[in-house]
Amino acid sequence: MGATKLCFVVQRPPYKSENARLALTHSISSQTAEIHLEDGQSVVPTLIFVGDGVLNAVKNQNAMKLYGVTSTESHIKNGLLIDMPVWYCKEDMKRLGLTEDQVVMDAEDIGGELKAKLVSFEEIVKEMEACNHLLFF
Amino acid sequence: MAVLTIGAFPSLVGSMTLDFSFKLAEAAIAKGHKVNFWLSGNAVMMAKKGQKAFKDYSHIEKRMMELLGKGVEITVCEACAEARGYHKEDTPAGMKRASMDWYLAKTFNSERVLHIGGE
Repeated sequence: MGATKLCFVVQRPPYKSENARLALTHSISSQTAEIHLEDGQSVVPTLIFVGDGVLNAVKNQNAMKLYGVTSTESHIKNGLLIDMPVWYCKEDMKRLGLTEDQVVMDAEDIGGELKAKLVSFEEIVKEMEACNHLLFF
Repeated sequence: MAVLTIGAFPSLVGSMTLDFSFKLAEAAIAKGHKVNFWLSGNAVMMAKKGQKAFKDYSHIEKRMMELLGKGVEITVCEACAEARGYHKEDTPAGMKRASMDWYLAKTFNSERVLHIGGE
């Protein structure tokens, strides 16, 4: 019985490497991890974007049009759709000149209810300390 | 005995990080620990059997086969492998293929998870 808390910390920007995409696909797969576990066991992810990683959340990406692949924007929405907490580092957003209205904050258009959060780095550190395992991408 | 889960994402050629990941697994096994090994991203290059050894490139297939023989569970991300053209019939004997939830499930019973990132 019980839950293992995992923090997926994304520090790399999108498209330059596969890292951010892998963070998104791996974190979303937490939904089906239970098929490998005993009854009552689960893994609970928090998806956190820090540093250049916050660029993954920029709205209106054209990945499908330009590269023929799904965007990190759409993956973040899928994460919110399955009620996975999604956090962005407030200080890094500011550093990159990003405002809340420029990043994915919800997945209402696909039926999601959970909203992403802008949090301080201090809150992120607390969350990382509360996790059983950290996965840096 | 503890359970260690290693998630390895770097490519076989380009850095020594994947070599390090396998050496780490060997060291943990030598100390009597159980090791689960997840290969994803460019690390799925290991899911192609019959790799030829050249002195200019890392060659860790032999080391991986020895680890499999010692009971290390080595599983490759099926989607990452298929995307690169590594199919089931290419997979070295003993290596498993699974979706990403396998890796996350293994973290549940692990004392330590070492996530060794890609490039």
